[in-house]
Amino acid sequence: MNISLSITKTIHEWLFSIMSETAASITEMILIATVYLAVFAVFGLYLVLLERKVAAWFQLRLGPNRVGFKGLFQTMADALKLVSKELTGTVKADKFLYNLAPYFVIVSALMALAVFPFTQEFQAFDINIGIFFLIAISSIGVIGILMGGWASNNKFALIGAMRSGVQTISYELSVGLSLLTMVLITGSLQLSEIVEVQKSGWLIIQGHIPAIIAFMVYMIAGTAETNRAPFDMVEAESELGAGFHTEYSGMKFAYFFLAEFINMFIIAAIATTIFFGAWLSPFGITESIPWLGVFWFLGKTLVIVFLMMWFRWTFPRLRVDQLLTLEWKYLLPINLVNIVIMAFVVWQNLIIQL
Amino acid sequence: MNNNELQNLIGSWFPNQEANKVVETVPETEEGAEIKVPETVNPSLLSFSEEGSQFLNIAVKKEQLHDLMKRLKENPETNFDYLFCLTGMDWGKELGIVYHLESTKYRHQLVVRVNTDNRENPNFDTVCDIWKTAEFHEREVFDFFGIKFNNHPNLKYLFLTEGWEGYPLRKDYVDEVNMVIK
Amino acid sequence: MPLRKKMEPKTVNNNFKSEEYFINMGPQHPATHGVLRLLLTIDGEIIKKVEPDLGYIHRSIEKMCERDSYQQIVHLTDRMDYLSSHINNEAVCLTVENALQLEVPERVKVIRTIIGELTRIASHCLWWGVMGMDVGALTTYFYGFRDREMINDIFEETCGARLTMNYNIPGGVMYDIHPNFIQRTKDFVKHFKTKIPEYDRLLTGNVIFQKRMKGVGILSKEDAISFGASGPVGRGSGYSCDVRKHHPYSALDKVTFNESLKTAGDSLARYEVRIMEMWESLSIIEQLIDNIPEGDYKVATNAVIKLPKGEYYQKVETARGELGVYMVSTGTKNPYRVKFRSPGLSNISLLNHIAVGGKIGDLVATMATLDIVVPDIDR
Repeated sequence: MNISLSITKTIHEWLFSIMSETAASITEMILIATVYLAVFAVFGLYLVLLERKVAAWFQLRLGPNRVGFKGLFQTMADALKLVSKELTGTVKADKFLYNLAPYFVIVSALMALAVFPFTQEFQAFDINIGIFFLIAISSIGVIGILMGGWASNNKFALIGAMRSGVQTISYELSVGLSLLTMVLITGSLQLSEIVEVQKSGWLIIQGHIPAIIAFMVYMIAGTAETNRAPFDMVEAESELGAGFHTEYSGMKFAYFFLAEFINMFIIAAIATTIFFGAWLSPFGITESIPWLGVFWFLGKTLVIVFLMMWFRWTFPRLRVDQLLTLEWKYLLPINLVNIVIMAFVVWQNLIIQL
Repeated sequence: MNNNELQNLIGSWFPNQEANKVVETVPETEEGAEIKVPETVNPSLLSFSEEGSQFLNIAVKKEQLHDLMKRLKENPETNFDYLFCLTGMDWGKELGIVYHLESTKYRHQLVVRVNTDNRENPNFDTVCDIWKTAEFHEREVFDFFGIKFNNHPNLKYLFLTEGWEGYPLRKDYVDEVNMVIK
Repeated sequence: MPLRKKMEPKTVNNNFKSEEYFINMGPQHPATHGVLRLLLTIDGEIIKKVEPDLGYIHRSIEKMCERDSYQQIVHLTDRMDYLSSHINNEAVCLTVENALQLEVPERVKVIRTIIGELTRIASHCLWWGVMGMDVGALTTYFYGFRDREMINDIFEETCGARLTMNYNIPGGVMYDIHPNFIQRTKDFVKHFKTKIPEYDRLLTGNVIFQKRMKGVGILSKEDAISFGASGPVGRGSGYSCDVRKHHPYSALDKVTFNESLKTAGDSLARYEVRIMEMWESLSIIEQLIDNIPEGDYKVATNAVIKLPKGEYYQKVETARGELGVYMVSTGTKNPYRVKFRSPGLSNISLLNHIAVGGKIGDLVATMATLDIVVPDIDR
């Protein structure tokens, strides 16, 4: 495996100078993991704040504006409250699975973050099967949801969990196939190479029509993967109360909540990486300043995140059978045809290259 | 159909056998006597009244209640297909039900009353096979007056907790805790 | 002494098939709009049986009425269907006035009708917002409330209350209308005419919404009549049941309006009927607002009202349907018996009929189109 842990060269060299190679590698991994954890926990909180502000904007309200300047510390305060809350649970819950579930969900969400190329240098884990890894990891989270719903000993939670299982198994296909469509152009699963290919034009431009179709399918399926409206069958607060996390409180609930937002970020980040050239600036305007790649990556990701928030605050929810109809009768056939079109485009070399 | 026509039509469904005997003897006498006959002996088992109410009122015996209701709904001339109010009543000595009926076709209205003086175990035939809305309204009456409905598919308390003692809307109901009486 | 005598949980007797299970929806559930408990028998996601369990906020208003004077009864009716409180008040006042054969001034009739129609719009605004929320479109709630707020402000200025208004008294209304009332109502009508199309753009035309509502919860006309459905629920099934048309009261015989009717009988039809009703209410207000006759705003009644011996029945059209007031008087200062025929009880009784066979999501959407207000069911 090609592991390039090159976030800051100085720390890297310093670590290797004071201890043995194995120990230094492990220490470095732990260090990076801790930094990622801290950064993305805070980032997740600000995504929540962003969601609330966006929601308020859509709903003719002000949104949180009391805690800190313009409400900037609102979600921090919420997190603090959640930490201090009592952890309740049902009497006949399967204690082991019940307690394991939130960690399962949050860990699988955080694991996916490791492979994203924020800049050319800033990538924790450049694995050669990057996309495969992302798809695999993103579907593990559902096991946590199933566990949580099952172990809660609550019928509403169980229905939510079962819906989640059904939904993820179905939409997994579309996410995978739409990304596979793009892999036909890149010829590689490694994210850094995918970015390299996009130096001659973002993939959504290179692949033109089939790429745009793939992007639309990916966004629909991706929204469904994160269990957000209009696909929030799992929670469906007007039907199931709170769905699978009905019986969770305090920090365990916060893990589920945070995982939802990190998953949303991940789906948007995958879209950025595959379709919109990751950290590449448009027309190479900031090519000379490599660290600005972070800005471009986050900027593009947040635009897509905003798109997902827009969905959520505009659309009504689908019914569970309509959800499956949409996937199996529409998205999947479209996707399969789209792969063939893309293969034809690649074969005839109809790719647009700038 | 106006109230008089309704009264004549509905009254003819349940002829009073005793009245017929009187009517048979009438032709032998003077014609003026004919008018008096309905006043002295009711030609029908139902009694009609419009006193103190804006509707035509029919008082029916509880044995004939279900028959009458069925015919009121199904007869094409009356066609009372809309039961808009079903009220339980405590008249002091008697318990009763008041049915307000309307025809959505002809827009005529009618009130049917039925009473019983059995306060221990009052029961009437259900009409929820005729009008489905009666199912819930009869359950409400069962809650508050303790009137049972024969053949009701699901006769249990609608509003009250199971095992509630007494029937709150009866006049003799006493609840020192929850009732504030001035 | 305990406040409640018996508070043991109600037992449920079930005979399930092996795949079926039981879910307790409510009394604390977001979709039941208050403390309504639904006992659901479910097979997977498919509803097999819905049994409403009522009475969580039953206050026995009918029993309280037997204790109170006729003026006091008016104030109790606010607390039944609190979203059409003015119309509830009006029903009792009309009953008392009819019994006393009291002719109220034309001004009162017009004011009552205008405020009644405003109440109807306010109620439908709230319903529309909550309807959207029940099918998962959370944004609608705030749009509905934005417009409802304007109506509430108008009410507040005239009678001091926003929800439970108590503006009607037997013999008229409590105060004259505020000088700003006419202008503000006109402003609102103008404003709201631009907002109903916005409602349509946001929710009605949405393809997901249409798919959720069309062909769901079908109620045939015969069943609608048999179940005593009234209001938009009945009219969505093509059953002409508008009390304002068939038994006009107050100033409703002076205005022209169309009865909103749809024949499909599904959730979408009930939804569209309510949207159409908002337009009709606006039209009624427009016809009356410039022609409020001069005159007294009430006629004097005795301090102690005694109705003549007899029985009185009055029906009015609230935002939810037909409200009937059945009053029996023995000639004393209290009624002998008062019965409120609430639209909610009849409408909830047909829930089992139309929800069986649908999914849980359908049940929630269908229930939202029935527009249930729990205090109206549990009087």
